[in-house]
Amino acid sequence: MTSKPSLATPSRTAEDAPRLRIGEWIIENLIRLAGLSTIVIIGLIFLFLLREGGPAFLDIPLRQLFGTRWYPIEGIYGLAPLLVGSLLVTVGAVIIAVPLGLITAIYLGEIAPPWQREILKPLIEMLAGIPSIVLGFLGWVALAPLIQNAGAATGLTAFTGAVILAYMSLPTIISISEDALYAVPKEYRDGALAIGATQWQTIWRVVLPAARSGIVIAVMLGIGRAIGETMAVMMVTGNAANIPAFGSGMIFEPVRTMTATIAAEMGEVAQGSLHYNTLFGIGIVLFVITFAINSLAGRIVGTRGARRSGGKL
Amino acid sequence: MNRQQTNRLAIGVITGLAILVVIPIALVILFVFYNGIGTINWEFITAAPRNGMREGGIWPALLGTIFLTFGTAIISFPLAIGAAIYLSEYAADNRMTRMVRLAIVNLAGIPSIVYGLFGLGAFVLFMQFGTSILAGSLTLGILTLPVVISTAEEAISSVPQQFRTVSLSLGATRWQTIRYQVLPHALPGILTGVILGLGRAAGETAPILFTVAAFYLPNLPRSVFDQTMALPYHLYVISTQVPGMPLSVQYGTALVLLLIVLSLTLAATFVRTSMRRRREW
Amino acid sequence: MTQAKISIQNLYYTYEDGIEALRDISVDIPPNEIFVLFGPARSGKSTLLRLLNRLSDLDDGLAQGAVYFNGQDVFTRSMNVSDLRRRISMVFAIPTPLPGSIYDNLTYGLKMAGIREKGELDRRVEQSLKQSALWDEVKDRLGSSAFALSGGQKQRLCLARSLALEPDVVVLDNPTSGLDPISTATVEESLYSLKERYTIIMVPHSVQQAARVADRAGFLLDGELVEVGKADKLFVQPQDQRTEDYITGRFG
Repeated sequence: MTSKPSLATPSRTAEDAPRLRIGEWIIENLIRLAGLSTIVIIGLIFLFLLREGGPAFLDIPLRQLFGTRWYPIEGIYGLAPLLVGSLLVTVGAVIIAVPLGLITAIYLGEIAPPWQREILKPLIEMLAGIPSIVLGFLGWVALAPLIQNAGAATGLTAFTGAVILAYMSLPTIISISEDALYAVPKEYRDGALAIGATQWQTIWRVVLPAARSGIVIAVMLGIGRAIGETMAVMMVTGNAANIPAFGSGMIFEPVRTMTATIAAEMGEVAQGSLHYNTLFGIGIVLFVITFAINSLAGRIVGTRGARRSGGKL
Repeated sequence: MNRQQTNRLAIGVITGLAILVVIPIALVILFVFYNGIGTINWEFITAAPRNGMREGGIWPALLGTIFLTFGTAIISFPLAIGAAIYLSEYAADNRMTRMVRLAIVNLAGIPSIVYGLFGLGAFVLFMQFGTSILAGSLTLGILTLPVVISTAEEAISSVPQQFRTVSLSLGATRWQTIRYQVLPHALPGILTGVILGLGRAAGETAPILFTVAAFYLPNLPRSVFDQTMALPYHLYVISTQVPGMPLSVQYGTALVLLLIVLSLTLAATFVRTSMRRRREW
Repeated sequence: MTQAKISIQNLYYTYEDGIEALRDISVDIPPNEIFVLFGPARSGKSTLLRLLNRLSDLDDGLAQGAVYFNGQDVFTRSMNVSDLRRRISMVFAIPTPLPGSIYDNLTYGLKMAGIREKGELDRRVEQSLKQSALWDEVKDRLGSSAFALSGGQKQRLCLARSLALEPDVVVLDNPTSGLDPISTATVEESLYSLKERYTIIMVPHSVQQAARVADRAGFLLDGELVEVGKADKLFVQPQDQRTEDYITGRFG
């Protein structure tokens, strides 16, 4: 056979190895750095919010900060109206979106024949892709007049925002609940059907309870999505920084959310002013709320042990 | 009412409601299409706005969105792929990895307006890029990280483990294995993630409000340190900030934006399915 | 006796969950022989094979003891693992072609080692395919997908892929599982002719196969190397009762 040196000859690898190794060492460390950068970025986001928004919490008396009047022109920064606005719109959206989203997920996961699923799922993905500004625009030109015609004083209300928001959070809620339903072992269904349960009984008594934690996550992330939405809400909720009179009609009053306040007012404030700081302060509030929601949801996922077994080298 | 009737009723109600949820999605798209298609012509796409933006076209805004989308890709792509490779191939099951995963989940949940604030504080002011394409691209790039990382990681993890083992057993190093056996097969999935991320970036308004977007600019941007108009913000401006704006222009702008974003979403789906079909294993 | 090609000394392996997979393994494997490692399922055969070229690095377990390859401890930090795996090359039970052509598969390891010269690649492809008795079947379609081959061809391709590296040692983990008798015979034929040049370590499909191909054999039971010896002795007159029970089919 041949007398050529085999690959294994030490002299050959001795010259190749160091060159290869330095290049790889650099690449591998860049990869590690990229992984760690996610932690750094979230830290930086919080840091910069704190840097610009922190003074608001120090300079504004707490009583005023949680007060019911938001009059930046007079230097009065009470966050209550904005919190109430965000709360109204978000709760409204959740009340509309959760049942509908869950039902759609049940339909897709348990009832729909495969060909329907293949049409419907891309359609729902498409909805997730529609920019919020386009939905806001439609809410502004189409939905708001509809609501006004129905008898409200104005079409731009918390309810209008809730409807648009519900629509926007539907894809999140549908896809995560569907995952949760999908994760319920087939044996549960077969077992229930085998002892004579109807399909509805199986869904209601067996599948839904088994998917409970996943559905909770879906609802939480839906809330997270709704509370942080900005443009659509700004366009259709009327932007009145008042707390509507408490009652069943309050949902049909104009409100202003935290997100809309930042978006609408940041353009007009002087950098470094108290107003500017306060808008960043609202950002901190939003960051903390969504961080809490997502960490909690992440923890539920963790306890379910739903970790993909990715490739490992 | 007996069990069977309850069953039929319940299934019927679920089916009906599900259809009620899905139909408006198609309707929304068709509605914008129907109202906007008449406005779209060559001039509308390629001309600058005139007469207080009530006439003319949307070219500067469209171009700005294209610039920003490319900028986003340049920022987000390397970082996201790196993080995805890290999570799939390098990360041990330890505290640090759990923190990275938690960070990604939370990045995904941060409201886009908060990204806007961060971009303003960090890039516009602290790093003194000013309101610029650079600051906007950085902001959007970071915003799209979670979606690109998650999709890319899933694509990388779905490459069969045996390919890695075989490659290593043939004397390939870890990086060679990733480079020649993992990434090529994960590429369609990675691309899907990138395109989805870009679709998201192209449609976002809140993050660009304070970092790059201009109400109206007579000239096109000349460098990454210039401001630019952008389609989503333009739509916001012409529908709420300019009195006497013809509805047709608003719908036309909405349609162009919708088409850009949806075609990116569709492209992502297409890449995924067509490449999956070509797979040998 | 010449110096052992591979010398294993007091080797222990413990899985992540604390279960001991290998216990105090010591054995010398001389060059240019077929060494067969046999025993019941889950007795630690594959685990032991993976330790030889440190594919065990991929698994979450702890190795203690030493494996010497040409007198060099493979577990030292300075060991170039890529190089080690080129010299102790592995063929797996399930034939796994890499996506790509037959030619791509055969040259993959070479290219990763930095060999790019076309003439050299072609030479190695032809030689390795001939050694694994696959040349005549695929020489006209080296550019077609490796996935289009039959199961037996795939397994011989994987063998050829290892041989293309011109290793010192070829490690085969049950290379004929799932193959029909004719393909099995072809693979076994190639092994005979290969031992002139390589040291072969193999986990067989059955005791019969072990007896057919082995020059020397080791019986592994529950992570313990019960008995090692020349094949013509061990399969005829085993020293240990457990070995005898196993090869006469009284258990396992």
